[in-house]
Amino acid sequence: MEKKIIKTDLLVIGGGAAGCYAAVTARREDPELKVTVIEKAHIERSGCLAAGINAINAYLNPGETPESYLHYVKNDSYGLVRDDLVYSIGRGLNKVTREVEDWGLKILKDENGNYLKRSSRSIKIEGENFKEILAAKVERSGVQVLNKTAALNYIKKDGRICGAFALNIKEDKFYVIKAKAVICATGGAAGIYEPNNSGQAKHKMWYPPFNTGAGYAMGIRAGAEMTTFEMRFVALRVKDVIAPTGSFAFAGGQQVNEQGEEYLKKYSRITTAMRLYATVRENKEGRGPCYLDLGHLEAEKKEKLAQSLLGMCPGIVLKWEDSQSDLSELKVEIEGTEPYIVGGHCQSGYWIDLDRSTSLPGLFAAGDVAGGSPKKYVTGAFVEGEIAAKSAVKEIAELPQNFLNLNISELITNEYQRVKSVLDKPEGIEAVRLEEKLQQIMENYAGGRTQYYELEASKLKQARSKLKELKNESKMLKAESLRDFLAVQELLERIDVAEVLLEHLLYREETRWPAYQSRVDFSERKKEWRKFVNSRQNPASGEIEIIEREYKSLEEYAAFASRSQEDFYLEYNL
Amino acid sequence: MAIKIDQSICDGCPDYQEGRCERICPGNLIEKEGEKAEMKRPAECWDCAACVKACPRNAISLYLPEEVGGRGTKLKVQQNKKRSLWIFDREDGSRKVYKTG
Ligand SMILES: Cc1cc2nc3c(=O)[nH]c(=O)nc-3n(C[C@H](O)[C@H](O)[C@H](O)COP(=O)(O)OP(=O)(O)OC[C@H]3O[C@@H](n4cnc5c(N)ncnc54)[C@H](O)[C@@H]3O)c2cc1C
Ligand code: SF4
Ligand code: SF4
Repeated sequence: MEKKIIKTDLLVIGGGAAGCYAAVTARREDPELKVTVIEKAHIERSGCLAAGINAINAYLNPGETPESYLHYVKNDSYGLVRDDLVYSIGRGLNKVTREVEDWGLKILKDENGNYLKRSSRSIKIEGENFKEILAAKVERSGVQVLNKTAALNYIKKDGRICGAFALNIKEDKFYVIKAKAVICATGGAAGIYEPNNSGQAKHKMWYPPFNTGAGYAMGIRAGAEMTTFEMRFVALRVKDVIAPTGSFAFAGGQQVNEQGEEYLKKYSRITTAMRLYATVRENKEGRGPCYLDLGHLEAEKKEKLAQSLLGMCPGIVLKWEDSQSDLSELKVEIEGTEPYIVGGHCQSGYWIDLDRSTSLPGLFAAGDVAGGSPKKYVTGAFVEGEIAAKSAVKEIAELPQNFLNLNISELITNEYQRVKSVLDKPEGIEAVRLEEKLQQIMENYAGGRTQYYELEASKLKQARSKLKELKNESKMLKAESLRDFLAVQELLERIDVAEVLLEHLLYREETRWPAYQSRVDFSERKKEWRKFVNSRQNPASGEIEIIEREYKSLEEYAAFASRSQEDFYLEYNL
Repeated sequence: MAIKIDQSICDGCPDYQEGRCERICPGNLIEKEGEKAEMKRPAECWDCAACVKACPRNAISLYLPEEVGGRGTKLKVQQNKKRSLWIFDREDGSRKVYKTG
């Protein structure tokens, strides 16, 4: 394993939606700037967008405004979001959409040339090749891209993040990347709980199984403040193939139980969480399984639906063709997925400022890894990438010329040795064995799918002590190759995320988000809990310390900000 | 395992440094052994079909694992700049093709 030290101005970790957009923005802001993206896979097809997507889920169609977007997101999240962050995303959604259309994304249009609405806040696209479009733009922008290069840990010197350690698994290289500023865009975390499917199908899941929470874990280890891990995201998906239900719901599908009853009608306030919770309850109370019923489908409509699904989730069409179902009466069985930690659907992630700076100097965050603003989806990830890049570029301009002349030889030796010691171990445990153990603990004691997502203190405390044991065992992990080491690293990331998740789940003594965070021992939503549960790992003791942060309305943010919010938007062109 | 690499069709992408499939897989699951690509971590496939589309020789197909009720139908994708052909070949020899783009 060769050591390679490189210097760059801006390091972007993760070449997904947010990372690509950030890198392009940074080069546009300052064409002299050296921008480096490191991507664990290959940016042409990595992360959430690998298979493609068929809609932009956050877009303001005529009649919608940034204010109405905030209102919707806040209401759907039971009153607790970072108003300032959500609003700022609302300001940028349409702008970034036009931008990626310019880059080559095909957005469907009506006969008048207007974007084709899917709902008031979403539009239809042909995005099978979305990731390739982003990657091509990154390349045209003169960004240095290191593919097959996974970030391991930040380089933290005198309290500031000054780069990262990374591993190129194909070239057998240990990278030390010194940077004036770093943007973390590694996406969320899957694989913490037992997946819906098993055996050879265990990775047939909704969120990419390869997004393992690297950015969260690196932040946790470096002492960054994190927020709202307890708001887990559980998706309502088509059973077996775990295909998204949006395409069916927007095609007019109704949620029905075994008896054909439209069970959502029993509830007064239908949020995203409620659609799931109601389904879980039908199952638990013996009225399942539940279905999305599209009724009679004409041949043409059926063909269109299949075509739009191919560019996002080919598995479901494969299932139809495999079983030769004629689809004329289309009724698909639905279920909840394993819980994910993902800041782009729910709001677990780095606690950030409006300018997307984290609590660690030199470090910014964007996309699924950034907290506080649910329902930002792909366009929200772009907006955050743009803001983070502009902030980072500004900060870099203010740093002294010789900033990268850091003496970090001790840090390098330690991290290199850490990797070596796992590779050199003559015997030990393989990652996959402990991965199953982790998932079993979380599944059974921390509200997995088979537990109807229910949480209670006594079980969570058991999970906590079992996880401690597991962490001890993880010292025995071994790897024969760098690719195997990556599997070890990913497991360690999941364990770190799970540890923080448990503390958050234990701390919030109410039920704020049905199914995402359902406490059976505190089953009511309480006014006094309309506040953020944040945490920080104490670097000295390793303990996870909880920090409460108050909820503020958009007006309050404006009143307390050192500059007016409008000035911010003017400066950031949003 | 949800992809199958037909070793008799794979030529190892001699025009490139690495196999197109091994380069593109978002999970780094495929590696070349000598001249041929091999699925190294079959249980970890996400079924994203990126490798299926990337293979210049159409050597890779996607199928449903038995665990989720698969009956052996294989999906191959032929892509050019303008459009994609999604070809489903069933065990009984019947075929369905979708066009997109
Ligand atoms: C299946 C699916 C369908 C979706 N459909 C839609 C839709 O139709 N419409 C919509 O608006 N939104 C959709 N979304 C949401 C949207 O795709 C995400 O919100 C968005 O991609 C998040 O961007 P991101 O950059 O944070 O994460 P990603 O795009 O996932 O990027 C994260 C990147 O970081 C890389 N990475 C991870 N760890 C490391 C490491 N240690 N070192 C280096 N790199 C690393 C990953 O390989 C990946 O490339 C969908 C998401 C999924 C999963
Ligand atoms: S289908 Fe996707 S995850 Fe599976 S091997 Fe191919 S590229 Fe990798
Ligand atoms: S892309 Fe196709 S031809 Fe190339 S190595 Fe992979 S399977 Fe073989």
